[in-house]
Amino acid sequence: MEGKNVQNPYLPYPVRIDDITVEAEDKSLKTFKFVFLNAGDEEKFAYRAGQFAELSIPGKGEIPIGIASSPVEKGFVKFTVNRAGVVTTHLHNMKVGDVMGLRGPLGNSYPWDLLEGKNVLIVGGGFAFTTLRSSIVYMLDPKNRSKFGNIDVVYGARSPGMLLYKDELVAWEKRDDINMHITVDATTDPDWKYNVGFVPPVTEQKAPQGGDDTYAIVCGPPIMIKFTQPVLEKLGYDHDHIIMSLENRMKCGFGMCGRCGIGKELVCKDGPVFTLRQINQTPREY
Amino acid sequence: MTLITLDTKSWAAGLTAAADAYRLFGPVREDACHTFKALEKGKTPDLDMVNTRLSPKALIFPQSDIILEYSLDESREDHHIMREVQKDVTPRAVVGIRPCDAKATALVKLNFDAPDVKDPYWLAAYEATTFVGVACDAPLSTCFCTTAGCGPYSEEGLDILVMQKGDGFLAKILTDKGRAFAKAAGWNPASGDLAAFEAGKAAAEKKMVSAVQTDHLEAADLLALHNAPFWEKTAFACLNCGTCTFSCPTCWCFDLQDEVAGKSGVRLKNWDSCMFPIFTVHTTGHNPRETKVQRVRQRFMHKLKYFVDKYKTGIMCVGCGRCVRQCPVNIDIRKVCEEMNRFNPADACAVRD
Repeated sequence: MEGKNVQNPYLPYPVRIDDITVEAEDKSLKTFKFVFLNAGDEEKFAYRAGQFAELSIPGKGEIPIGIASSPVEKGFVKFTVNRAGVVTTHLHNMKVGDVMGLRGPLGNSYPWDLLEGKNVLIVGGGFAFTTLRSSIVYMLDPKNRSKFGNIDVVYGARSPGMLLYKDELVAWEKRDDINMHITVDATTDPDWKYNVGFVPPVTEQKAPQGGDDTYAIVCGPPIMIKFTQPVLEKLGYDHDHIIMSLENRMKCGFGMCGRCGIGKELVCKDGPVFTLRQINQTPREY
Repeated sequence: MTLITLDTKSWAAGLTAAADAYRLFGPVREDACHTFKALEKGKTPDLDMVNTRLSPKALIFPQSDIILEYSLDESREDHHIMREVQKDVTPRAVVGIRPCDAKATALVKLNFDAPDVKDPYWLAAYEATTFVGVACDAPLSTCFCTTAGCGPYSEEGLDILVMQKGDGFLAKILTDKGRAFAKAAGWNPASGDLAAFEAGKAAAEKKMVSAVQTDHLEAADLLALHNAPFWEKTAFACLNCGTCTFSCPTCWCFDLQDEVAGKSGVRLKNWDSCMFPIFTVHTTGHNPRETKVQRVRQRFMHKLKYFVDKYKTGIMCVGCGRCVRQCPVNIDIRKVCEEMNRFNPADACAVRD
């Protein structure tokens, strides 16, 4: 094509499904591990925690999904996908070895430069924990851990069986450089060792106070976000210290197709990560 | 800048000669309306029109464009691997484009030719195209280009601007692309009278009867405008048919879709419209712009506020008037612009009971 130096942003990198993990007891969530077919593509796909990509299935279409693997993990990229529509349902029926496309990385990321030297509170609910997992793995990496202050994580799911990345959660629980506050809405498991309750009240009880040196990253279903916001305000978090990742229907993912706009900002390109202060200045059409 | 005077014969002969080096497109009469089409060899564009029903944006941004292709045949080495589709990017020229539509192309370029990411399909088509515009001497009552950052003799986005003068033409060569086209047409430069252009321009501008005021849009508070009380009334009659967005030369929103026949598949880039509920609906069924009021507001806020704030180059409208003429329920962007431009949140509170 003309403009030979221009990278075609519509063209996905070919990838192969290397592994599939069923994450949730109801089988609605699977983690797909992809490896790049072509040498050099992994380097071109260099990403930061909080970015997303378009999973591109020939004949079906594309779906924007947050990157669940971490930039410090090499040799693969991972996405945890909820089975919901045409593309994700098809993806759930694919098998190890199948070839598809991956387009990205897309969007901004969590503001890692800003977060350096700061305490970080992570509040996550349900399957929105994916880019938070990416962030935690990034911060806990031996090369990075000293760059951050205290790390607190409030993570809740409907039941123990719906929690993502259970092995890692257990491992993080045992560490002394991260404070885990795992919770479930309810459980009948007599051996459940962690919290029971919704994310907002657990946040209120367990999360550190806000302040100049503390930022909260919040990612979860709308109802969790709605009730977590006043809790964080009460704990002293300013609106520019509350960082959120938005979702909207997307197609291109790089700011051209027009549908994901929330006012003059595009969720795909100017986001998906915004501070609450920034979001308050938009018409909040998400 | 070079001027060329042409009689009808040299105009036609020039276009025939240029057709050896360029694929020519121009307005052609089809039934009651004009439309931009490839010109058959020896045919000149039909300039006996005010403007085409649809803008020529499809020449650069086709309504449906195959961008990628792939095979699902697992016996093939490259099955499920997407490939770029090769496009015909040989030189072409759009002859007879109006200045409003040329300016619109320049506005759309802001979207597809962003500093950090480029749409290679749009750009390749744009770069391959020479824009030979014909000035507008008989604007319609719905035209308001002169107050929409454009004008009947506007040169922005054009390589050559031609005015009809007596039985012939006066052409102003504006760019290198324009010079190359004039050379291919065998048009000899440096004969003509700039004063005639100025007179034509002044006369055409004088005929404009319609205007918008946009001076307060940038300073207006975005959220206050978004929450203004007039949107319900503005959207009341809207059918969400999408005619406004499809006929608009500056609307650029698109969809990506896959189509498969047998084992072969393609990915398409298709025009889309913010008027359609499916444009924004989430897989969960949640729709951030569920009501038509929200969608109508989105269209006007995008054109007259978000774009203004984002690019600082004025409104995302060139005043061609197509949406005004073709809206089946007479929603008029000039009136909406007027309401938005004069909106004062304090007044809105005062008159509300």
